[in-house]
Amino acid sequence: MKKVYESAAKALDGLLFDGMTIMAGGFGLCGIPENLIAAIRDAGVRNLTVISNNAGVDDFGLGLLLQTRQIRKMISSYVGENKLFEAQFLSGQLELEFNPQGTLAERIRAAGAGIPAFYTRTGVGTVIAKGKELKEFDGETCVMETALKADLAIVLAWKGDKKGNLVYRKTARNFNPMMAAAGKVTVAEVENLVEAGELDADCIHTPGVFVQRIFEGKLEKRIEHTTTRKKEG
Amino acid sequence: MPWTREDVARRAADELQDGFYVNLGIGIPTMVANFIGEDKDVTLQSENGMLGMGPFPIEGEEDADLINASKQTISELKRTSYFSSADSFAMIRGGHIDVSILGAMEVSENGDLANWMIPGKMVKGMGGAMDLVAGVKKVVITMDHNAKSGAPKLLKKCSLPLTGVGVVDMVVTNLGVFRIDEQGMTLLELAPDVTVDEIKERTEANFRVADDLERR
Repeated sequence: MKKVYESAAKALDGLLFDGMTIMAGGFGLCGIPENLIAAIRDAGVRNLTVISNNAGVDDFGLGLLLQTRQIRKMISSYVGENKLFEAQFLSGQLELEFNPQGTLAERIRAAGAGIPAFYTRTGVGTVIAKGKELKEFDGETCVMETALKADLAIVLAWKGDKKGNLVYRKTARNFNPMMAAAGKVTVAEVENLVEAGELDADCIHTPGVFVQRIFEGKLEKRIEHTTTRKKEG
Repeated sequence: MPWTREDVARRAADELQDGFYVNLGIGIPTMVANFIGEDKDVTLQSENGMLGMGPFPIEGEEDADLINASKQTISELKRTSYFSSADSFAMIRGGHIDVSILGAMEVSENGDLANWMIPGKMVKGMGGAMDLVAGVKKVVITMDHNAKSGAPKLLKKCSLPLTGVGVVDMVVTNLGVFRIDEQGMTLLELAPDVTVDEIKERTEANFRVADDLERR
């Protein structure tokens, strides 16, 4: 079966529909599937629920889908960097569900691993645990959290082969591996598409079974906060 | 004279022992990294998926794929490893990280922490704070003793939505150092020229004064 597509738009062909749930990899602007986000904007699907740790910035990343008001609901852990988000949220146009970052990661991991729910200490005694089942383990109260699935997962990897095996680079890995496993369909955008056999099989982060479609994207890779020091001596 | 932000960071750094794995929050906690003595081998964890976080990169060497949890460019060290967010929070939630140093809006005398949300204001989210306080072995808070309005931040009970219940082990403010355990809150150290009476005046929480109260 052929997994390789020519472009983001072609890789998404037939997968998008109004009201769908999409999970998008990345932490801030690091490790985001830039071209897939832009292609979703161009496709114009609306009423989206988007699962992503953050919401991009005003004019980049998921901010693009906020500009066009394609997102109805965000499931995230932190959205501080986005003024557009704030405006749409405060005016009631955008729904928001906060998850503790580790709970978000684990809910996504659980979905990919076929685990419907799990218990965690995180959030017990806070608004996060409101209305959720509590249970005691070894004398400690834990809250039940459920798996978080999506119709489509869009992820970014540094290298990928034509069988869908993926390798991430540095902190651009973040949520991408769990999302790749949790999508009903997963589309991977890769910086470098290589032949099967070119990646070290011992060093593959996401095995190809989790990836249905793959394409090579040219990335801007914008940096959110450039912080440096002077060379010593 | 109360401590400066640097003094508070320096005092918090004393809580880090040789061989510790540590997660530092935003603000004063970030400054703690500058005061870890050369004699201590401390490894910094960044919850976006990195163990062994280095300093900001040299100008021109910044890498879009290499950021910390505040989305700032950073550098790697020889010891560095990278991993997914799920593995990162397995470290945190699983109790493998020794200390987390965080900021706070309010801390109660039984160790409840509020540091993520003010009702009526735009909520940015808790990020990894709830997981950190639930899972890390020791939680140290660095903060100003009072809010800008002068209101106490060490309270009998937090008024803001909580980040965690009974999770704080130590608080370092510009006036002194407190321990929180089963016995409640105990004043351990005073900043120079600060008196116990002054701290009492500026604190709502009940606390006892350690028998061996230290003046720094």
